[in-house]
Amino acid sequence: MPALDDLDRRILNRLQRGFPVSERPYLEMAQELGIGEEELIARLRSMLAEGTLTRFGPLYQAERLGGAYTLAAMQVREDQYDRIARIVNAYPEVAHNYRREHALNMWFVVAAASPATVSRVLFEIERDCGHPVFEFRKLREYFVALDLPL
Amino acid sequence: MDTDSTLDELDQAIVRATQAGLPLAPRPYHDVAELVGAGPEEVMQRMQRMLERGVIRRIGAVPDHYAVGYIANGMSVWDVDDAVVDDLGEKIAHSGLVSHCYLRRRHPPLWPYNLFAMVHGRNRAEVEDKVRKIAQVLGAASNAHEVLYSSRILKKTGLRLS
Repeated sequence: MPALDDLDRRILNRLQRGFPVSERPYLEMAQELGIGEEELIARLRSMLAEGTLTRFGPLYQAERLGGAYTLAAMQVREDQYDRIARIVNAYPEVAHNYRREHALNMWFVVAAASPATVSRVLFEIERDCGHPVFEFRKLREYFVALDLPL
Repeated sequence: MDTDSTLDELDQAIVRATQAGLPLAPRPYHDVAELVGAGPEEVMQRMQRMLERGVIRRIGAVPDHYAVGYIANGMSVWDVDDAVVDDLGEKIAHSGLVSHCYLRRRHPPLWPYNLFAMVHGRNRAEVEDKVRKIAQVLGAASNAHEVLYSSRILKKTGLRLS
């Protein structure tokens, strides 16, 4: 695990909250943080390279781009778990798949260009795996301002 | 947020040019402008507009929870009275305790839960502590809850939609 120093933490806390749309946004943020523009850019570059940051930039809301995604879960028997995981993961539309400790023990996110494609993929997964797929359609999202105070 | 206005070709080009990330250069929006063949002022105006419309949630940094030591992650799920779930969902989202907070459909009787709140911690004790605080906020409006810890990441790729 990469070690974060104080400056990394301050950068992460500040830049989780937002980044300006302006001619020299890194310079503005660097001045606020009391460092140089080049240092800020270098820190971001190395945090991205070592995986501390998964991304840096605009976070688009999938539905507003015309895309669709949903959360789904299955109850999978232990002796079939790895086989079923391989089937589910083989779908390019499956963006995330997590094992969770619950009777419903496989939770995955399906993302596609349209709601119809999402439905088709869920149907195919159910057919290929022979397990019922529970879809947890999002009815509303409550917006989180700062997801990870460091 | 207006939902009837759609993204035109230039907006879509900007999305494609930036969805993997913003250029790490002193004038990032100028670089995007060059990629999409538009003027920098135009690109900045459109990104500002997409922010105001909620097409862009925010521009910023997304830390990897595991990489920064938040290795415990629990999906807390709650059966909250429908009449008050919106108010309480907003409160939980702003509590600093969760990374995501959604209202989702129930699957009774197997699944009575409608409020999903993702909780991260350096260990399970930290997650449990946050879950207790969420329970306090929800109070009597929550009839039942569970925490589903993730024990393995089976697949993780970014969402790429256009």
